[in-house]
Amino acid sequence: MATATAEKLAPPKAADLVTLALRLGDDALVLGQRYAEWVGHAPALELEMAVSNLALDLIGEAQLWLDLAGRLEGEGRDADKLAYLRDVLDFTNLLLVEQPNHDWAYTVLRHYLYSVYHRLLIEGLSRAPEEAFREIAAKVLPEVRYHVKFAHSWVLRLGDGTEESHRRLQAALDRIWRFTGEMFTDDELTARLEAAGFPPLASGLKAAWDEEVGRTLKDAGITPPQPRQMITGGRIGHHGEHLGHLLAELQFMQRAYPNREW
Amino acid sequence: MAGKRAAAITDRRSEAPGDVAARVRAVLETVMDPEIPVVSIVDLGMLRRVEQGRDGVPEVVLSPTYTGCPATDVIRRLVEEALAKAGLAPVRVRYELSPPWSTDWITEEGRRKLAEYGIAPPQLKAHGDAPVACPRCGSERTELVSAFGSTPCKALRRCLSCLEPFEHFKCH
Repeated sequence: MATATAEKLAPPKAADLVTLALRLGDDALVLGQRYAEWVGHAPALELEMAVSNLALDLIGEAQLWLDLAGRLEGEGRDADKLAYLRDVLDFTNLLLVEQPNHDWAYTVLRHYLYSVYHRLLIEGLSRAPEEAFREIAAKVLPEVRYHVKFAHSWVLRLGDGTEESHRRLQAALDRIWRFTGEMFTDDELTARLEAAGFPPLASGLKAAWDEEVGRTLKDAGITPPQPRQMITGGRIGHHGEHLGHLLAELQFMQRAYPNREW
Repeated sequence: MAGKRAAAITDRRSEAPGDVAARVRAVLETVMDPEIPVVSIVDLGMLRRVEQGRDGVPEVVLSPTYTGCPATDVIRRLVEEALAKAGLAPVRVRYELSPPWSTDWITEEGRRKLAEYGIAPPQLKAHGDAPVACPRCGSERTELVSAFGSTPCKALRRCLSCLEPFEHFKCH
């Protein structure tokens, strides 16, 4: 594989940087919102605190990436405008994070599968050629590591727990597996950015993810379903029905009282 | 430069004129963390430096702590209000991300005040595995109850000697 030397790398296109920041922000925002939905309904008081803290971390991260996207775009949009004034077709998050919470097993498994990818991505981005991306990545990395620890411990606890917890975790894996491919699906954007010196953004992360996740699933005693068609589309705004409902709740106040601030 | 912490906190290369900077710092030492009212933002290591803006307006440069900390905006407002009340307006307040804040930046004074208040202070990152001592009785026989406490920065622990629960400011 040929490696480009620093002098031969073309600088990344501004529009591509905006889209990358949007993808990072949208993933964090939608997953943060999903965790926020557990508040008041968590299985245990300790988990009430956990879900609100995890949601806060994710929404804080979303704010950093979306503010960056707005600045790079240069059209006066900030994190608030991007979060509250875009509709489904303009959201670029993975299908994985917009899936409903279903039950606690699905929630922690989804979080684990996403967080390992997210950590690998952020570790790479802390060496990105663009300073703004490096800065935010360095800031969120310790928190992302914490998320992996939390989700990992729950996957093991449920997999190696009771008959019911094991059954629910296996059912969750069967249900969610088809959405894991999108994290590692290259497209023209990832190709262009990687050619411009960005670290691996998609398929380049898969081997490490497979290895780490594979060990955890084995320890938890669950098996992914046979290879199936992976479902993609979130990155280009082709979302399922779920995101519409999520945004209707998230954006309710702005939709009901446009431009209101409080 | 003697380490990132020293550079971040005591960098005086673009320091505002001595007396202004000193007065601003003195005010900031009275701005307490909204959630843990016994420690100031200076104790928490949030103050990077006080600079002279190009237009002559002093600038307070802070470091955010946890990414999702809901107190971040509140602290900015508290700083602006405190400086205005002390007759030091106009002053600009801004957050800088890099280098990222770490609990290692919490001062010795800050650690002492946390422990006095009943919150076990964070270990230094280099000693991440050090036992957490009970802030009430000092015993190191403590256990983790929950990785998440009342705020993103704290975990809930229990002392196995005096049996009291307490919060632990997590090493970050």
